[in-house]
Amino acid sequence: MAQTISLPAPGPAKRRAGRGRAGGRHRAGYAFVSIYLVLLVLFGVVPTVYALYLAFTKENKPWHWAGLSNFLNTGHDFRFVPAFEHIAIYLAIWLGALVVLVLFLALLLHGGVRRLVPAFRFLFYLPGALAGSAAVIVWAFMFDPELSPWHFALSSIFHFSAFPQVIAPGHLPLIFAIIAFWTGAGGWIVVMNGALNNISDELIDSAKIDGANALQLALRVKLPLIKRWVVYMLILAFAAGTQLIVEPTLVASASLGMVSPFWSPNQLAYYLATYNGNFNYAAAISVDLLFVGLMAAALLVFRSKMFELE
Amino acid sequence: MSQVVGKPVARPRAAQAPAPRARGFGPPPRRLPDRRVLTRLVWFVVMLAFTAFFVVPVIWLLIAPTKTDHQLVFEGPFTFGSFRTFLHTWDALYSFQAHEILKWLENSAWYSVVGVALALLCAVPAGYGLALTEFAGRRVLLSITLLVMIMPASALVLPLFLELNVVHLENSGWSVALPFGFFPFGVYLAYIFFSSTIPKELLAAARVDGAGEWGVFLRIALPLARPVVALVGFFAFVSDWTNFFLPYVMFYSDRRYPLPVGLEYLVSQTSAFNPVVGANSPVLRPELAMAALVAIAPVFIVFLFAQRALVTGMLAGATKE
Repeated sequence: MAQTISLPAPGPAKRRAGRGRAGGRHRAGYAFVSIYLVLLVLFGVVPTVYALYLAFTKENKPWHWAGLSNFLNTGHDFRFVPAFEHIAIYLAIWLGALVVLVLFLALLLHGGVRRLVPAFRFLFYLPGALAGSAAVIVWAFMFDPELSPWHFALSSIFHFSAFPQVIAPGHLPLIFAIIAFWTGAGGWIVVMNGALNNISDELIDSAKIDGANALQLALRVKLPLIKRWVVYMLILAFAAGTQLIVEPTLVASASLGMVSPFWSPNQLAYYLATYNGNFNYAAAISVDLLFVGLMAAALLVFRSKMFELE
Repeated sequence: MSQVVGKPVARPRAAQAPAPRARGFGPPPRRLPDRRVLTRLVWFVVMLAFTAFFVVPVIWLLIAPTKTDHQLVFEGPFTFGSFRTFLHTWDALYSFQAHEILKWLENSAWYSVVGVALALLCAVPAGYGLALTEFAGRRVLLSITLLVMIMPASALVLPLFLELNVVHLENSGWSVALPFGFFPFGVYLAYIFFSSTIPKELLAAARVDGAGEWGVFLRIALPLARPVVALVGFFAFVSDWTNFFLPYVMFYSDRRYPLPVGLEYLVSQTSAFNPVVGANSPVLRPELAMAALVAIAPVFIVFLFAQRALVTGMLAGATKE
């Protein structure tokens, strides 16, 4: 607003000098992005800045600089380190499974019977429709030895007789990784399949003429060509994985207090904000997590050349 | 199965071609196609095994509400109960806290509809502005959009809660519906669409003919943008409908919950998993499965009928090679 009021004189003169259309287009550009800009500020920038403000000020004392004390205090909370440990184990399993199995299945699809590919791809992708709490409920049933279709495996191979045994704390990272794989892997298989389809037929044919068998073709020709998509997948899955919330929340509800309600960092932050009413501590953990997510995103946007900004 | 059976038709041709080369050494030519059939069989079996992993839970969930809790435990996992039991299961779920399930369905619908409408209203013009107009700060805005798009949306949930607490909007439907409208992925999809499908010359020609900037957008770009409107709408809808964390944090009254949070509430309030809690509650495991079905039904149906849109959207990054 300030600019338009303070610059009335040179404006019309310049516009008359032939820059009128471009100036109009500039203003039109702002008009097109205006609604988005408002939402970006209200629901992206302001919450981030406010969380930063809370994280660096003292509880109930507006504008009292707290230094790093909120970060240190939450860091020393007895629940903080375990929460991040849980996430780390979960991420190790989930990312490992994602790389190995998604690539395995995508390469298998790409080298297999062409007519069947769309059908399999769709069936792998279907559980994505259940993402969120529905998936957790479904898998709570799948892991209940009483009624699971995999009852035999659960009871005879792993010797589980009841649901609480299955969701023992040590098993949770694996269970959450299985749920995440079930809902998320199909989407990544679609993406990898698309990347593989972009490889030119001539390249594959010439490799075949040179005598490459299917395995060599997959590992030495196709895999190196989709490497950057693997990096892309890993960074996105990592960023999303640090935010784990639905699975531990639902399992905590289903386990009647057996599973801690602050299993993941997001749960701990939520707990600190709502039950303890300490918004500054909650903000500190949110800022930790926001930082991790933002770093992962920055790595991808500015370092990976996945996105051209033009 | 038909593919495996149908294969031998093609086999003789494949066997004839390499025959002259193979003569004299190595395995006799007929072995080659046999091995190929074997490879194909192994391929098929591996694919079926993974399909089972992905699809069995879905099938189980579709069948579960047709059985009673007792049948779930004592009958085979894939036996169909009866349609009457299915209706009975619905009645029991419906009676939970004065048909609260309908309230959750209604909440889900209104948060998602407002969220999707707002996301479209914001993403389509913004994508157009970023792709086809010039203004200072355009590149910065594009970079920020990418950053926020890749950063998980849940990273902003608690900061949003802290912010909306200040203006006392927590526990209001708007505290969920309005942030749903902020959908950077949609802006990026629209940006990719406009920058790759609409030539700048077309717009320049329209301007020469005297059309204003809004006229160009409304009369030329927007009619061509129908596919991307559908795509953004689809992805916004799926992400809004299945969102758990934001409404979970914002609402303290269960009458405001959308379905995903309602499911969590059902788990905690009934004896489906906890025999101790709500011993006289009507909700057991079949009812819980039914609630999960209700929660996923719209997204599931959209998935079945919009496969192509899905694949296009998932590969949106790939078009920008």
